[in-house]
Amino acid sequence: MLNKLPPVVVHLLAALGCLVLLVLLTFATDPFTNLRIATVGYYLIAVAGLALLTGFNGQVSLGHGAFMFIGAYTVALLVKRVPAFPIWADLLLATAAGGVAGLLAGAAAARLRGPYLAGATLALAVGLPAVTQRFPDLLAGSNGLSFTVNSQPAGLRSIPSTQWQAWIVWLAVLLALVVLANLARGKLGRTLRAVRDDEVAASLAGVHVGRTKILAFLVSSACGGLAGGLQAFLLGTAAPGSFTVALSLSLLAALVLGGLGSLWGALWGAIALVYFQVWTDDIAEMLSLRNDISDNLPLALYGVVLIVIVLAFPAGIQGGLRKLWVRVRRPVPSQRGEAS
Amino acid sequence: MTTFFNLTLAGLSSGAVYAALGLSLVIIYRATRVVNFAQPALALISSYVAYSVTKDTGSYWLGFAAAIVVGTVLGVAVERLLVRPLRDAGELSAIIATLGLLLVLQAVSGMIWSNEPHAFSYAFDFRGRFSAADLFAVLAVVVTASGVLLLFKFTSLGLRMRAAAFNPEVARLLGVRVGVMLTLGWGLAAAVGSLAGMLAIPPFISPTTLDEVFVFALTAAVLGGLDNPLGTIVGGLALGIGLSYVSGLLGPELVPLAALAILVAVLAVRPAGLFGRATARRV
Repeated sequence: MLNKLPPVVVHLLAALGCLVLLVLLTFATDPFTNLRIATVGYYLIAVAGLALLTGFNGQVSLGHGAFMFIGAYTVALLVKRVPAFPIWADLLLATAAGGVAGLLAGAAAARLRGPYLAGATLALAVGLPAVTQRFPDLLAGSNGLSFTVNSQPAGLRSIPSTQWQAWIVWLAVLLALVVLANLARGKLGRTLRAVRDDEVAASLAGVHVGRTKILAFLVSSACGGLAGGLQAFLLGTAAPGSFTVALSLSLLAALVLGGLGSLWGALWGAIALVYFQVWTDDIAEMLSLRNDISDNLPLALYGVVLIVIVLAFPAGIQGGLRKLWVRVRRPVPSQRGEAS
Repeated sequence: MTTFFNLTLAGLSSGAVYAALGLSLVIIYRATRVVNFAQPALALISSYVAYSVTKDTGSYWLGFAAAIVVGTVLGVAVERLLVRPLRDAGELSAIIATLGLLLVLQAVSGMIWSNEPHAFSYAFDFRGRFSAADLFAVLAVVVTASGVLLLFKFTSLGLRMRAAAFNPEVARLLGVRVGVMLTLGWGLAAAVGSLAGMLAIPPFISPTTLDEVFVFALTAAVLGGLDNPLGTIVGGLALGIGLSYVSGLLGPELVPLAALAILVAVLAVRPAGLFGRATARRV
């Protein structure tokens, strides 16, 4: 029956279902876990945006942390300077700010490919957070901006604030995912893949290659801006120390782990980002490791994941799940077709 | 006018370092068509080894030698264990794998030597305008770069390395041991990269010290055309001087963004770099 509905309705219904499940989940878990659930949410939208750019369109970005930086500072500045705006307007503007930055980056990057593009976006990730030192009065230097968001309506004051925050984060994330899923399924998704697989053939088929690449950057970095805005909303701070090169690279690690070329992969990647941190903290505490070791354990793990996945499981978790699903649905005894 | 002169001199020595690290990227790119994003981490590990050796023995030069040796060994190991298995896996795989290695090595160096910065000594006196340390940096890079260029141009080993990079199949038919040549190229590149690290790191070493330097080195390599050693050296020196002006006149915090602006501007006009030859892309 679901197959007969237009995709946008299916996606909206799925998002609604997810939201209900998540709200129920936040009632069943403690505030710490609520915070983690919310964190998975904003990482999910950041990684999903990267999936559209890198997975669907084949453009590598090592600088998505920079777009999160822009989103976070947009929310921080709006909350501090324009307190009259409701939080949803702040988040919308953070998304727009990320999108505008992505438009500029995409226009500059449309002629770059492979290692050149990776290098340019890496420079963005290294260079942008230092801007806070340049404008210490406005952006508060390396200490960053801290603020409090009073978004909870009077009628819901009895709900713990972490739970409320998790709802807001996931509402925003699911709405953005519906948009992304529709884009990915529709004409844009096909165009993106056509450009990734063969630019010449795509342009012969009437696809505007440069415009498509810029559009991919725009959508992807708008997601980054939203993710950064949600992070600022959740933590109540925006500081340059949170938007290191390591953040940009761990987003890429999450994408590769989850599986390039699928939005579902972004979910597995985002969960891994949050829970790698949790597990390594637990392990470090259990083995009473020195701080030097425990602080660096998550990064080491991301690095190992990147290498192992590329060497041994290029399709990532989602690829593995898909293979499993195919095998479950249609058990094929013969091994003949699997030679490739 | 003196400010201008001083900034030029300061830019020359930092530009020499960008050129050296850029050169190490170019040697590898020429040999295996991979941009080695792990290069700063290889240089970082070898510099940390130098730090430990110098601390234990009291000799800067013993540490220096250790850095070059460790760097070379690491480069060889990376080519054999990581890059060779990914030979046919496509551009994105190599980028992701070397980035993974970057994360691992940075994390490991933080685990061993801590994330806190340590004081790291210069080879020579570093005080004053164009100090002995600056002179040493420029001379070391000029000598090394000339050595590499002469090796490629005039020796039989260099010829075989070029052949292996240019056309592996034909080189193999002519009796060149292509695999050995590629490994040698990575070892050589990592040695040059370690030299650059030793020059770039003072006064403080921490796991992220080389991030910015790497961005500048990559910019220098791209300016040079990514497969042109001489162009990279010229590009590195020019970039060092240009960024020194930006730092002195506009503020040091804008330097990485200025590097990005230069990179984008140059590539918009000449997509193959200033000195690179435009090649038809295979489809």
